[in-house]
Amino acid sequence: MIALAPYPSLILGLMPALPLPRRRNTQSKEPPMYATITLAGTVTAQGPQTGAHADGRITVHDGSREVTGWPIARSLRGALSGLALAVLGLGGGAAFQPAQAETLLNVSYDPTRELYRELDQVFADWWVAQGHDPAQIEVSHGGSGAQARAVIDGLEAQVVTLALASDIDKIAAAGLLPEDWQSKLPHNSSPYTSTIVFLVREGNPKGIKDWGDLVADGVEVITPNPKTSGGARWNYLAAWAWAEKNGKDPKAFVGDLFKHVPVLDSGARGATTTFAQRGIGDVLLAWENEAYLALAELGEDQFDIVVPSVSILAEPPVALVEKNIKTDAQRELAEAYLNFLYTPEGQAVVWKNFYRGWDTSKAAPEDVARFPKLDLVTIADFGGWKKAQPEHFGDGGIFDQIYVPK
Amino acid sequence: MTARPLFQRSPMPGFGLSMGVTLTMLSLVVLLPIGALLMKGAAFGPAGIWDTVNRPRVWAALFLSFRLSLFAALFNLVFGTLLAWVLVRYRFPGRRLLDAAVDLPFALPTAVAGIALTALYAPNGAFGSLAKEIGWKIAYSQWGIFLALVFVGLPFVTRTVQPVVEEIDREVEEASATLGAGRLTTITRIILPMLAPAALTGFALALARAVGEYGSVIFIAGNIPLVTEIAPLLIVIQLEEFNYDAAAAIGIAMLLISFAMLLVINLIQIWSRRRIGHV
Repeated sequence: MIALAPYPSLILGLMPALPLPRRRNTQSKEPPMYATITLAGTVTAQGPQTGAHADGRITVHDGSREVTGWPIARSLRGALSGLALAVLGLGGGAAFQPAQAETLLNVSYDPTRELYRELDQVFADWWVAQGHDPAQIEVSHGGSGAQARAVIDGLEAQVVTLALASDIDKIAAAGLLPEDWQSKLPHNSSPYTSTIVFLVREGNPKGIKDWGDLVADGVEVITPNPKTSGGARWNYLAAWAWAEKNGKDPKAFVGDLFKHVPVLDSGARGATTTFAQRGIGDVLLAWENEAYLALAELGEDQFDIVVPSVSILAEPPVALVEKNIKTDAQRELAEAYLNFLYTPEGQAVVWKNFYRGWDTSKAAPEDVARFPKLDLVTIADFGGWKKAQPEHFGDGGIFDQIYVPK
Repeated sequence: MTARPLFQRSPMPGFGLSMGVTLTMLSLVVLLPIGALLMKGAAFGPAGIWDTVNRPRVWAALFLSFRLSLFAALFNLVFGTLLAWVLVRYRFPGRRLLDAAVDLPFALPTAVAGIALTALYAPNGAFGSLAKEIGWKIAYSQWGIFLALVFVGLPFVTRTVQPVVEEIDREVEEASATLGAGRLTTITRIILPMLAPAALTGFALALARAVGEYGSVIFIAGNIPLVTEIAPLLIVIQLEEFNYDAAAAIGIAMLLISFAMLLVINLIQIWSRRRIGHV
């Protein structure tokens, strides 16, 4: 019922032929506080009731004027509000938002759901505390590549926070943001980093300690498909880096590794589900944050985290999508949002959600202490995404060559 | 003598309006998207399409998709017809409930179906653990894909055959019996020919649905290239690489194969209708 009064036209459009309601004697009852009436069969008005008439009509105070008409039967009014709500939900909604609330759409990748749920809350409070009007922050999650494609195809995201720089490069190539986006924010535009670790079953029954153990006989490895999952590309590159450092042929090693994969899910979350819920495989190659989250959500007594000797520094970058910024106020909000990720308050949330942040000043000590130091290679060791992406994961690239019939 | 007009005006009123609305709707919903796909393919060129499709992995995925879809549709043809027969001909407690349940695969989001089937048939699931004891792996193998495709295609055959079973006069069967035909002869010579056109329509629908199915299969398939990778997944993979041309190429290949299969089914249908002499 709320918000209908200033927009009777909406209801008019919905109910061109409202049946004339049954006459009722409202005088005998306690007059309702708030009433909806019809005038001349179709026009509707709503407001606190101020008077009742002998013939059954009532007078309501409709904001600016006094209107007299037939009260709508209760059931009918219920249906009316339901219909109107449906219309609101279908797209009339925008008209009813307070005009000053600035909106922001953050298009993100799969495993950041928990992170941004908390970050957005903290940021919204901080934003108001800074003396701004409340802002409306929305986040969309999905596979990193699919999300980048959605932005290229016209999803109006002001901010993208994806798994791979190469996905944001694709958005830049479509002209939505400048090519040098990655130099605009500190740390390669990555407010948080993560790495790849192993999640094994409780007690580590197969004795998996390092990458080399993954290709032992009878070991089943769960990883998503590097072709469809950003996280899986980090898995693959980390395995490659280990093989290089240990004097093995990296191509043969990753080929051997993927022979031990019984299920290739399309995304990181799917792989976690396959491993944790379906009980498939002996080891899950996972984002560090995903592995800790699995421990927290599914029970520490079921899985152990094994940290390999070599892993890769995964830098999920963030960027402002210049083309989708419409007003100065929106730019201010979007820039504040991205910069907030680097503040001690934002970083505290990052640490808490199992990502490796940069600033530990406000983070809880136990959130920081849980991460062991690791020998990390970076994507720069592979010549950057611009080189690594086509070489390893492009059509006919090294990954494709693993799966050729013998 | 005046020449015959090119178009004979139909004596039925409203042709222009209804045809216009039909064509507009059909164009917006069906012809435009398919046209866009073909345009994309045309820009890529036949040689490009052939190079994309003519790779072992793509052939393996196409073969897998169409083979399993065919098996699933055949399975549904047999058991969907049987189900329709049972639902119409027999009265038993829970019949209406069972009848309503047939539509569930339509109503359920395919992802939900896929996850539910995977949970049941995974090696640690309720049925999967039983199958595992006899060494039979269902989820994450081609059996899992088959199962998901049977699930999504089930209502098609049943729902197309049901009204036809209701229409069959019992006198026909009685006449067949009085003339000395055994039960088997009555079924094969009398009943099945009458059901065949409708069942084939349902079969074609189930087949088409299964070929394009992505949501439910992706959870249960395992998605190992050359083994359990379905063609729609290959299209998604190409899209992930921003390789729209290759995605369109595989899409066109699927479209052509589907078209050929549906053509064959339609020809069989025409032939079966001719054989029994009425529609």
